[in-house]
Amino acid sequence: MAAVSLTVNAKPVSLETEDRTLLVYFLREQLGLTGTHIGCDTGQCGACVVHVDGRAVKSCTMFAVQAAGSDVVTIEGLARDGKLHPVQEAFRENHGLQCGFCTPGMIMTAVDMIRRIPVLDRATIRAELEGNICRCTGYHNIVSSIEDAARRMDAESKGVAA
Amino acid sequence: MIPYPFTYHRAGSLAEAETILKASPEAKLLAGGQTLIAAMKMRLAQPSDLIDISGLKELSFIRAAGDAIVIGAGTRHFEVAISAEVNRLIPALAHLAESIGDPAVRHMGMLGGSLANNDPAADYPAAVLGLDATIRTQRRSIAADDFFTGMFSTALDEGEIVTEVSFPVSARAAYAKFPNPASRYAMAGVFVAKTKSGVRVAVTGAGPCVFRVPEMEAALAADFTPHAIAGIEINAADLNSDIHGSAEYRANLVGVMARRAVAAAQ
Repeated sequence: MAAVSLTVNAKPVSLETEDRTLLVYFLREQLGLTGTHIGCDTGQCGACVVHVDGRAVKSCTMFAVQAAGSDVVTIEGLARDGKLHPVQEAFRENHGLQCGFCTPGMIMTAVDMIRRIPVLDRATIRAELEGNICRCTGYHNIVSSIEDAARRMDAESKGVAA
Repeated sequence: MIPYPFTYHRAGSLAEAETILKASPEAKLLAGGQTLIAAMKMRLAQPSDLIDISGLKELSFIRAAGDAIVIGAGTRHFEVAISAEVNRLIPALAHLAESIGDPAVRHMGMLGGSLANNDPAADYPAAVLGLDATIRTQRRSIAADDFFTGMFSTALDEGEIVTEVSFPVSARAAYAKFPNPASRYAMAGVFVAKTKSGVRVAVTGAGPCVFRVPEMEAALAADFTPHAIAGIEINAADLNSDIHGSAEYRANLVGVMARRAVAAAQ
C-alpha cells in the first residue's frame, strides 16, 4: 500500500492504494469515475483510454502508482461548465455510437489524435483508431464524428464560427 | 484481472535501480510495461518487486552521433516515430516504430523494454538485427548478432540493464510486416538494410526468435532488387506454427515481406 497523489480532471487526489492496483480500477472503484470502461482488460480494445500528462494511454495496462505526480484526464473531465467538448458534441450529432460502451475510449483517443495531427483525413483517423474496438456498428460514424470534430476545433481555434 | 501482489519502486537513477535489483532476486524492471503488465495480469509473471525506470531522464534521448543514431533505452516508441532526426537519417526505423501496437501503446512502450523482453513477434529486434545495431548496457556493448539468443531470451546477464542502442545510419532500408489481423502482432516482419557490413535481412514474428537469412543477403548484395530473392525458399522446419498460420504459410510470408521491403528500400 502506498499513498498515491495525482491530479484527476484538474482536482488534486491523494489516496491509499495497493501497488498492484491498475489505474482503471483506481479511477472507477476508488474515485467513482466509471466513465472509463473495462472492455477486454488485455490492452487491446481501448475502452479504458485516458490521458496521462496529455497523452492517450490504456489505463488497464498501467498501475495507479505509475501515475503518481501526473495529470490524468478522463471522459468526465472533458466537458467545461456544462458544455460538451467539441468531440463529444460531434459524436452526438453524427450518431457516432450505438450501445456507447466503447465511446469514452473512442472520444479520449479522438481528442488525442486531433491534438497531435494537424490534418486528419479518414484513412488517418482509421489508422489512429487501431487500438479502439467497437463491436456494434463498425466505424463509419465514429470516423465521421472525429472528422467533424477536427473541423470544428480547427475553425474554433481560428476564431471562425463553426 | 488482478496481478499477484508486488512492491513498487520508482528508481531515481540507474544506480538506484541496480541496487534494488541486486537486493531482490525476483524483481523486474518496469519500462513502458505494455508487455510485462499484461503478463502480470494474466499471472504469467510474478515479480516480487517492480523497479520503475521509465522516468529516468538519462535513458530518454535521441542523438545523431557521426554515422549512427543513438537512442536511449527509455525512449518511447512514439518519440522514435516522430523524431526529425530518425526520419531524416533512418526513415525505416521511424516507420517501424510507428507500426508498433497502437497509438496508446506507443505512448508508453520503450525501446529497451522491447529488446530485453525479445518477444518472438516484437518489431524492434528486426531493426536492431537488420541494421547491425549495437546494444549498450551499464557494463558493456553487445553486437546485435550476439544479443538475441532465443525465444524471450537475450545475452543480458543478471542485473544488466540496456541503456542505449546505436543504430548505424542507413538510407536504403525498409521494414515490411504482415500483421495478424486480430492481434496486429507480426506474423512475419522483415527488415532489409544496406549497411556498412553488407546487406542484412532480419525476420521477426515467423520463428521463435528474430533471425537473419544469409541466402537472401548474398543475393541482394549482388543485385538489390525484389527479383533477386524471388526464388529463395525459407525452410519451414524452424518456423512457428499455430492457429493463425502454419510454418509453411509463414515461410511463404517471409519471402513476400522480404520482397516488399526490398521494393520499399529502393
